[in-house]
Amino acid sequence: MNEEIKLMKGNEAIAHAAIRCGCDGYFGYPITPQSEIMETLMEEQPWKTTGMVVLQAESEVAAVNMVYGGAGCGKRVMTSSSSPGMSLKMEGVSYIAGAELPCLLVNVMRGGPGLGTIQPSQADYFQAVKGGGHGDYKVITLAPASVQEMADFTKLGFELAFKYRNPAMILADGLIGQMMEKVILPPFTPRFTAEEISKISPWATYGKPASREPNVITSLELESKDMEARNLKFQAKYREIEEKEVLYEEMNCDDAEYILVAFGSSARVCQKAVETAREQGIKAGLIRPKTLWPFPTRLIESYANSAKVKGFMSVEMNAGQMVEDVQLAVNGKKKVAFFGRLGGIVPTPDEVVDAIKEKLF
Amino acid sequence: MSTNDIIKPENLIYTKSKILNDVPMHYCPGCSHGLIHKLIAEVVEEMDIQEETIGVAPVGCAVFAYKYLDFDFQEAAHGRAPAVATAIKRLMPNKYVITYQGDGDMAAIGTAETIHACNRGENIVMIFVNNGIYGMTGGQMAPTTLEGMKTATCPFGRDTSINGYPLNITDLLVKLEGTRYVTRQSVHTAAAVRKAKKAIRKGFENSMEGKGTSVIEIVSTCSSGWKMTPDQSNKWMVENMFPAYPLGDLKNEE
Repeated sequence: MNEEIKLMKGNEAIAHAAIRCGCDGYFGYPITPQSEIMETLMEEQPWKTTGMVVLQAESEVAAVNMVYGGAGCGKRVMTSSSSPGMSLKMEGVSYIAGAELPCLLVNVMRGGPGLGTIQPSQADYFQAVKGGGHGDYKVITLAPASVQEMADFTKLGFELAFKYRNPAMILADGLIGQMMEKVILPPFTPRFTAEEISKISPWATYGKPASREPNVITSLELESKDMEARNLKFQAKYREIEEKEVLYEEMNCDDAEYILVAFGSSARVCQKAVETAREQGIKAGLIRPKTLWPFPTRLIESYANSAKVKGFMSVEMNAGQMVEDVQLAVNGKKKVAFFGRLGGIVPTPDEVVDAIKEKLF
Repeated sequence: MSTNDIIKPENLIYTKSKILNDVPMHYCPGCSHGLIHKLIAEVVEEMDIQEETIGVAPVGCAVFAYKYLDFDFQEAAHGRAPAVATAIKRLMPNKYVITYQGDGDMAAIGTAETIHACNRGENIVMIFVNNGIYGMTGGQMAPTTLEGMKTATCPFGRDTSINGYPLNITDLLVKLEGTRYVTRQSVHTAAAVRKAKKAIRKGFENSMEGKGTSVIEIVSTCSSGWKMTPDQSNKWMVENMFPAYPLGDLKNEE
């Protein structure tokens, strides 16, 4: 194996992985704590090697609409931002979902609401998994908990986006974006050729040959009947994604009485909290959803049905968002608690262990 | 002389462009959009670039431009056509990329996208249909509504102390280094139609030369929004719109 191990920030890993995944275009606008993604791309100058376009747009709104344009041509395109910028992108995300365009979105979350703080947060969970923009749509949401997963999920995000003609999002936070860890980058994949695009994305606007009708990228249907049919088609697709694409990691759940549910940085903290709890004789376990939508509902439900399990606690860097999905999965069968820190504060493992004792005992 | 003597290719003086789909248009009587669509269709057909052309439709009356023009199209969010077109052209530099936008799209909600696409000198063609009113939503005030002009949201006439001044975005675009060709045309007479078509063709040709953005404003009528007959609209446009938005080339760099 010639896999090279590198040391880099999570944000940098996304940039390098994007080039290696055959990304055709990145369109972004600077915002802390994710600016290294565009900075790394500009430093790498991939337009000289793979031909990838990297463009600093005039706003997040423009950037996400550039992604719409590029994705509509069947290209692998992406944008990245952090919380306040993601709010601006939501118009475009709704249009992208409505026109069924594949693309990769990255949100390296910071504390909100408003301008908030540049410190890490997970307070955009609702925005990512429940909609964010207008209309009934879903975004495939991947939650990395390491620099390695920042790279891996860049590749996976593009794959899922194209598999389902749907936007995919990496929902990271400032901690994962800024911390340095070792990472093995994905192997080089060439960009799609024009011929591949016409096969993989025959719906795309790459220029109408005489042999076919024009391709039109739109989310507009004035007839209610047609719009309902379109929506039902989306919903069928979403049900299929929920059926097939759930990803998670379990730690010490086999004999656990108390199961923590956490993603991203919170999950890293909870790994240590589970170890500490076990040293104190508390049988704790951890479920770490890697996909936030689709959510590992059935897995949590199966533990809720287990006689061994006494309760669940969702640990988040927000005021309690994913806990609602945990509650829906548990459906009243067991106690569901929540522990969170807000405003850019990362909880400590000891705080989590104390919360288990306080809220679940 | 029989009919068959007359119907011969050499006697053909006019025919509908093949690029213009054979479907009824939703535009109102007297509206300029139909004619402008026709000119784009003729240019694309004459240049034989149907396969190389990607259109970007706006939000506004021309939202369904893709139903009438027979080439690949993307329907952009309101005001975002220049951003959408930027990516299409950057990712497929060998294609002709054209935006088709109204005054609200170009000069109100999409002002930032318009100015920055032009400032970057994106090699796209921007067709800007300026009729001084929001037709699609029922005749509200546009950024280009004239002072004193009545609309649904300024029913007593545009009062500059409340609504600000008509925004002449095309004049602003002239000043940007990124624009190569900026012109203001109309389609209210046969002569004007011919000139407008030449301008559109020039925009298409420019876009392959990598020298910057081409902006073709077409001062237009909106009989329904203006609450006039088509004939009255043309007269009103000549008397009122043209003094505020004078016709002619504003910038033409070789």
